[in-house]
Amino acid sequence: MLRALIAMLLTLSFITVAQAQEADAPAAGPDRSATGGAQTLEDIMARQRGEAVDNAFRSEAIGDPNSAAGMANQLGTLGGASDPELWRELRFGSADITTQYNGPAATTLVQDGGMQWLLWRQGPLATYGAYLLGGTILLLALFYLIRGRIRIDGPKTGRTIERFKAVERFGHWLLAGSFILLGITGLITLFGRKVLIPAFGHEAFSTLAIASKWVHNNVSWAFMLALVMIFVMWVIHNLPDRTDINWILKGGGIFTKGHPPAKKFNAGQKLIFWSVIVLGTSISITGLALLFPFEINMFAATFDKLNSFGISNALGMGELRTTLAPHEEMQYAQLWHAIVSFVLMAIVLAHIYIGSLGMEGAYDAMGSGEVEEQWAREHHSLWVEEVKAKEKKAASESATPAE
Amino acid sequence: MKAMLAAFVAIAVISVGSNYILQQVGFSTQERASGAAVRLDD
Repeated sequence: MLRALIAMLLTLSFITVAQAQEADAPAAGPDRSATGGAQTLEDIMARQRGEAVDNAFRSEAIGDPNSAAGMANQLGTLGGASDPELWRELRFGSADITTQYNGPAATTLVQDGGMQWLLWRQGPLATYGAYLLGGTILLLALFYLIRGRIRIDGPKTGRTIERFKAVERFGHWLLAGSFILLGITGLITLFGRKVLIPAFGHEAFSTLAIASKWVHNNVSWAFMLALVMIFVMWVIHNLPDRTDINWILKGGGIFTKGHPPAKKFNAGQKLIFWSVIVLGTSISITGLALLFPFEINMFAATFDKLNSFGISNALGMGELRTTLAPHEEMQYAQLWHAIVSFVLMAIVLAHIYIGSLGMEGAYDAMGSGEVEEQWAREHHSLWVEEVKAKEKKAASESATPAE
Repeated sequence: MKAMLAAFVAIAVISVGSNYILQQVGFSTQERASGAAVRLDD
């Protein structure tokens, strides 16, 4: 064991040394004398092979009117810069552009992040997203086949305990209803061009897409409101405590007889709660950035933080770009919005399963708000004790005759 | 059950309301990114 550890440390140190040496080596620039400094066939081929090409030789070749040949000269240019030089300025975002209307992103005439975004969105994002949701549904089906419905073990008492007040259930269903609508309309938007248009045609998809957009943009506010409601109402019950360790060690009692003791929310429910809060907030912020284009830019700043903390390097992504065109901010917002949404959808699918089909007596908590006492004793024994103690206290207080 | 139905009604009301408000506050791309000299509606 110790030897393996030393071997691993040695290997890691060699990697670090190798990286340091690469960084120290002077960048041997390709020979561009044949083209007079312009890009060579090798540059173009390297870019087509997907290699990183240092574009500085192009982005900096934007002409210098002060040292240019005079306008009347044979090789002179109007304004001291040639057309290619002007286009390079536009292409690399260094041109001094003045627009009549100073709307957001009006001075960005060329940005090249769009192609990468498009390919990523209709490629890995759609593919792995579909795998994730499909895989989750398959796993849940498999779980149902193996474990079956989790039944109430003991005899039912016929008595019920109030688990969630009306306002709590209202908040839950506001969040749940809006999330499902947002999930479906989001998927329609993402899979439109690649799946729905080929299947149903442009006409049908157009109607569907316009409706989806309306629903997605406007239902989002209900989701955000509900997210705040849920956080305020339930955060106190979802702070981690000692009972969670025991619950997790026993795997929630999923594959064993009996259930580990839990308070109002067990560790599994707390995980769902914090997933919904953290991922839901991330989705909301990127969603707001998409609702108000170019108003909320956060990715350049985030990438800067990731670089300075060394997180991007540790993840093997190298230094992330910290200067982004306004459109690229939007592209990253869209990708992150969708990635986090896919993860949350997968988690919520499992939550829907266990709250309905997967467990006897669970749905009542959000249906009528009243749960079977035996169910409560099995799944939330510590919470039942708390409720009973409170009831007793209230009863003894009301039984005391008024003086 | 009542709480669930109330929530679904609330989703509809909030959506219609937010759509109305957003149209009033002038944050549409058209209003943000074009000027008086641009005719998009005609």
